[in-house]
Amino acid sequence: MSNIDQTAGPIELAQATTDGHLNGADRRHAIGPATLQALSWLAPALLVVIWEALAQGGYLSPQVLPAPSKILRTAYKLTTQGTLLNDLGVSLLRATAGFAIGGAIGFVLGLLVGFSRLAEALIDRSIQMIRAIPFLAVLPLVIVWLGVGEAEKVFLVALGVTFPIYINTTLGIRQVDPKLIELARVQGLSPLALIRRIILPGALPSILTGVRYALATAWLALVVAETIGAQSGLGFLAMDAREFLRTDVIVLTIVIYALIGVLADLIARWLERRLLAWHPNYGAGR
Amino acid sequence: MSVHEAAAAQRPAEPAVIVNGLRRAYGDRTVIQGLDLRIERGEFVALLGESGCGKTTLLRALAGLDPIQGGRIIAPKRPAVVFQEHRLLPWDSLWRNVALGLDGPDARARAAAALAEVGLGDRLDDWPRNLSGGQAQRVALARALVQQPQLLLLDEPFAALDALTRIRMHALVRELVATHRPGVLLVTHDVDEAIALADRILVMRDGRIAFAHRAHRDGTVARGDLLAELGVLAAHAPA
Repeated sequence: MSNIDQTAGPIELAQATTDGHLNGADRRHAIGPATLQALSWLAPALLVVIWEALAQGGYLSPQVLPAPSKILRTAYKLTTQGTLLNDLGVSLLRATAGFAIGGAIGFVLGLLVGFSRLAEALIDRSIQMIRAIPFLAVLPLVIVWLGVGEAEKVFLVALGVTFPIYINTTLGIRQVDPKLIELARVQGLSPLALIRRIILPGALPSILTGVRYALATAWLALVVAETIGAQSGLGFLAMDAREFLRTDVIVLTIVIYALIGVLADLIARWLERRLLAWHPNYGAGR
Repeated sequence: MSVHEAAAAQRPAEPAVIVNGLRRAYGDRTVIQGLDLRIERGEFVALLGESGCGKTTLLRALAGLDPIQGGRIIAPKRPAVVFQEHRLLPWDSLWRNVALGLDGPDARARAAAALAEVGLGDRLDDWPRNLSGGQAQRVALARALVQQPQLLLLDEPFAALDALTRIRMHALVRELVATHRPGVLLVTHDVDEAIALADRILVMRDGRIAFAHRAHRDGTVARGDLLAELGVLAAHAPA
């Protein structure tokens, strides 16, 4: 499994989409999996302890990097007295809305192009051209169009989500074994049954890879969008704290961004394990 | 007179498929030319031939998978096909694989009965990836037979199996065909397989049926003749 994690990360799409072919068999059993598992958690925990010790010892200026304990206290205070939960909710709502809109557009376009050569001829090249633009580069234009309100933020998230979902949906459909499609004809399946029983399940591993990748892009888009002219949300919290040199609040927002990123990835992987139980590379075993 | 011939004599001939003057070409290259064939229901026909002689092309035309360029095929609307690869859907359980294309509330029960017939009645909810090659091919057979086909097309279904599994599959197929009585066309490379299974053995050459042989299960099959027709042995070679 861990081999897949390394390739399916948000670094490079081309790699991420091929991870279905990687053999995820465990290759390193020399030290024992339980020990390695424990070590993999122990190492970051140790880093936090060292960080705390350095801050307590006065080696780290609170202006540069406040102690973890201070950040926890700030989190508690902002939750009970401030607007942390509200800001978190606003950010999650923007991400969810953008993801839903972008995901739906990417999926529908992906289905069209995956199934129809005509649709491919009509829209694929245009989409590939737009995709070549780093989606954050259009931010100034989006602000001119939509201002700095909610629409701009949701738009940017949706834009970042559309392409990975689109590409992985078309790719997944194209990769369905033609022999299975032929089988559908032999068994007399209707076109609808062909899509439901063979093409969508066959494309699902690729689509879910797209979902995982899109979750990371959605989050990135949100951070950027919220850094510019937001009145609420985590990004606003961070920029507001910058004005007052509240490094603890800034680090807190970064930590929350990270936690939500991890959570989103866990959800995506849970989906993979559930929906791809049949797949030797994803399934929870026999 | 073999058992099958006796049975055929008792009932009126019911053709499972009739082919007249079939022509099949890929672009300029003609693969099948002027081919005639008739298979009765309950009759097991094996089709031998060298690689590239057009046997699989013929089977695919009968299955309705490829267009034909001339002639006529009178076949049931939906012949069942078992391919060389099992072609099971890896994301569906065994019973859902067998029920693919069945509808109605009794689909699961029918699939279960078909799986039981091939000896996998206790594996309904298992995944295809947990099957051996022979088991997977048995599921493919169940999926073909659950449709109650009048014509069963077998495209080298045992070629990838080991010798012992293949012998077991031969017995199973003979039994299933005797029960369900479809017309069967088996495309194979294996002369001994053809002899073991078929009522009639055809040899295909240059896009047509070059040689037909009615098999006798009592062992007097002219294996040498068949091999000669296939160009493996010289026929009646003078010493």
